[in-house]
Amino acid sequence: MTNSSSTEWPLWEVFIRGQHGLAHRHVGSLHAPDAEMAVNNARDVYTRRNEGVSIWVVKALDIVASAPGEKGPLFEPANSKVYRHPTFFDIPDEIGHM
Amino acid sequence: MTTSPSQNLRFEFALRMGDNALILAQRLGAWCGHAPILEEDIAMANVALDLLGQTKLWLAYAAELEGEGRTADDLAFLRDGRAFRNALLVEQANGDYADTLMRQFLFDAWHLPMLEALQSSSDPRVAEIAQKSVKEAAYHLDRSTDLVIRLGDGSEESRAKMQRALDDLWAFAGELTTPDATDKALAEAGVAPDLADIARRWSAHAEQALADATLTPPKDAAVRKGGKAGLHSEGFGFLLAEMQHLQRAHPGAAW
Repeated sequence: MTNSSSTEWPLWEVFIRGQHGLAHRHVGSLHAPDAEMAVNNARDVYTRRNEGVSIWVVKALDIVASAPGEKGPLFEPANSKVYRHPTFFDIPDEIGHM
Repeated sequence: MTTSPSQNLRFEFALRMGDNALILAQRLGAWCGHAPILEEDIAMANVALDLLGQTKLWLAYAAELEGEGRTADDLAFLRDGRAFRNALLVEQANGDYADTLMRQFLFDAWHLPMLEALQSSSDPRVAEIAQKSVKEAAYHLDRSTDLVIRLGDGSEESRAKMQRALDDLWAFAGELTTPDATDKALAEAGVAPDLADIARRWSAHAEQALADATLTPPKDAAVRKGGKAGLHSEGFGFLLAEMQHLQRAHPGAAW
């Protein structure tokens, strides 16, 4: 192999649903030439121990992420807004544990 | 313990099925840590482990039928070459990855219809083992067919490698679907299917997939056989030496 960046298969992110009713969870990534092989590879790499009932794969390039540098403006404003948490309700005793 | 002729026959059959799976698993296992990419390495090891699991079922049943107190492990690790009943195809050397994939494809295309038919064997134990194995075989065939088509109908280099692998291995494929006296007796007893039916299904799948892969099987190649009768190729002794040396050197050694 002369130039690994041009000969390597694209990276895919893998999401597995563990049981019916649960959401798919990100479990890791792998390389594959196309979507069909990405699903096959995901089956072999990530569901060997009966982890899943459904697989999603998506090209890592297609994922749009928030910029780490903007985490101040993005997330800090929520820190000081305790009233957004549902902690200001009096729960009647009859309800018991919620 | 006296064994009926039909029991001997079924013993022979369980050995054939078990030895095919065992020897192919042993060959595939040699790729572990060496396959071209990580994903393929894991996938190939999965196939090997599936086959090894099936081996345990077949050889445990064979040992039971024999009734001489041997276990599946005894049959795997303490038999000599002439007593192995696997077809010559599965013992062929790994070669490069094209050879390994082509060998797998030719085997899987026989294995799946065989196991599907065995699900209705007159021997309930055989039917049970087939039922347990058939989904694994279906996945193996999907995978090897997909890869043979991708690489055959791929780049000039990958196509040349796949065609060369097909030319080298084609002659060995016929043994699996060519009945001998044992196969005929097994079919008559309803233990195993008529191999002519399996041959038709094998050809239908293989011809279509190879056409999609733009590969051409060699014409008029003689069928190379002997493995089912215990006559193996030169490399087989080395394969057994590697597989068996631990139990031979340290009898009864366990994890």
